[in-house]
Amino acid sequence: MARVKSQKSQKRRKTFVRFLPIYILMLPGLIYLFINNYMPLPGLVIAFKQYNAGKGIYGSPWVGLKNFEYLFTTSDAFVITRNTILYNVAFIVINTTLAIAVAIVLSELEGKRKKVYQSAILLPNLLSTVIIGYLVFAFFSVENGFINNTILKALGKDPVSWYSEPKYWPFILIFVSAWKSVGYNCIVYLATLMGFDKSFYESAKIDGATRWQQIKYITLPLLRPTIIMLTMMAIGRIFYSDFGLFYQVPMNQGALYSTTNTIDTYVYRGLLQMGNVSMSAAAGVYQSIVGFILVLGANLLVRKIDRDSALI
Amino acid sequence: MKTREDKIYSFFGHLVMTILTLLAIIPILLMFISSLTDNATLLQNGYSFLPEKWSTYAYEWVFTSSSSMVIKAYGMSFILTATGVVCSLALTTCLAYGLSKKGLPGRNVLTFLVFFTMLFNGGLVPTYINYTTVFHVKDTFFGLLVPSLMMSAFNVLLMKSYFVTGVPDEILEAAYIDGANEFQTMWKIAIPLSKPIITTVAMFSGIAYWNDWNNGYIYLTKRTDLYSIQNLLNRLMQNIQALTQNANNMAQAGEGLSQIPSGTVRMAMAALGILPIMIIYPFIQKNFVKGITLGGVKG
Repeated sequence: MARVKSQKSQKRRKTFVRFLPIYILMLPGLIYLFINNYMPLPGLVIAFKQYNAGKGIYGSPWVGLKNFEYLFTTSDAFVITRNTILYNVAFIVINTTLAIAVAIVLSELEGKRKKVYQSAILLPNLLSTVIIGYLVFAFFSVENGFINNTILKALGKDPVSWYSEPKYWPFILIFVSAWKSVGYNCIVYLATLMGFDKSFYESAKIDGATRWQQIKYITLPLLRPTIIMLTMMAIGRIFYSDFGLFYQVPMNQGALYSTTNTIDTYVYRGLLQMGNVSMSAAAGVYQSIVGFILVLGANLLVRKIDRDSALI
Repeated sequence: MKTREDKIYSFFGHLVMTILTLLAIIPILLMFISSLTDNATLLQNGYSFLPEKWSTYAYEWVFTSSSSMVIKAYGMSFILTATGVVCSLALTTCLAYGLSKKGLPGRNVLTFLVFFTMLFNGGLVPTYINYTTVFHVKDTFFGLLVPSLMMSAFNVLLMKSYFVTGVPDEILEAAYIDGANEFQTMWKIAIPLSKPIITTVAMFSGIAYWNDWNNGYIYLTKRTDLYSIQNLLNRLMQNIQALTQNANNMAQAGEGLSQIPSGTVRMAMAALGILPIMIIYPFIQKNFVKGITLGGVKG
């Protein structure tokens, strides 16, 4: 018995010695993960405290749910939640539809030009949001913008002060989001499309199916699992927004907050511009927790539909 | 062999794609043209595709003005991107290799710890307080380099699954039996076999560093000399005069102010910000498609 035990512990020691270099290799990455992702987690308690920079996170007094009460009694909580969700719904519907349509069109084309198209529509995805903000500014700037100075002038209309009229921004932001992300999403669908069995299409052609029928009865049904999965993933992220898009593109203009403020921009402004750390933390906790539940829920659904595609 | 329907379809396909291509490129084109427009013309007629008068003055100003911060910020962006890619590749590859190792005690727990960061994170406030009060990265180069960009859990898992499927266990085991230690098997066998994924991850990380403005915006409050080109662009959007606010050069600043081609210089700088991406675009495009295909569906 004792011998078996000592053999076992000897074996364990041997495994450990063998893998020691591996653990050493992994250490820097794990330390980074700890610093960047795990160390901040206890800091979430600030949401339940009256933060005082002098006293630090742990010295600040507890206030229970007060920060959340303040947050939800103002109209802010409603506006930022509404904006975040509605924009994401619009992005999911529009960007997915466009990406699939473009992928189908591209998959049927041949030759050199196909690559040119693909390169061009992917390009916006590689620009920083600051630069996208500049591009939007070149079009919408009140004094010098292309739209006010050229298009509206040619139509004989008065210039519009774009950066102080919130009603235009849902359209502008949805357009910018599509401009930025359709090329990227399209590649995901295109990669899936290219993997389909060509013989389906050949036999459909022999049976006299038109292009439209082929798309409707072969391509779309085959794409269904990918569409469902990517959409579910996006629904899981519905409580998060692209900070750059909502902050940089409308140039952080206060007049536009009613249609451009999302949870992420609210948290940022609360922390670094208003100095309202606790309130900002409360909004952050609200986002983290609801977001986490949504991610898990979406994953459960994906798992039910297609086990292999689920993250967990 | 082509039927009438094929021809019609192909015609409309090319038509639609040509329109989309133009839509994608036109804003970028407007930016390049504006940067080459005469400043007075621009202020008078606005941003336009067909300026009355062309000029390269904005670029001359950027490259010759002694009080200009542009060159410095540009250099900073290159240094940051290079350092960032090296650090991020080292961290990601080593961690991913370990997680791919069969029989490694604790492997599943560690993989879950990496994965969990994709599901839940503390958000901006605790992260900010952690980095500024514990690590004091505020107004240092580390503020640009370290927070959130240095290692992405997604890249780690992407690379891990490549090691698992692309590097056969038998080869590693054989090398081990032949007397190579774990360092050697990784360096001499696993890494050379995984060049495609390493290139892809390097590229993802390089783009992320080059385009990042968030870290500088949050963590650099006084040290404007550490600005990357993105941070400078961001600052100039609100305040073009910041270009001459170089404390050492107050006399020149007054002189420079009157000469700044304020409208065009912004676009010239934005164009410079895009330039490196354009130059390596063929490389990016090839690997981007590969990267998305490798892991995009999971992401």
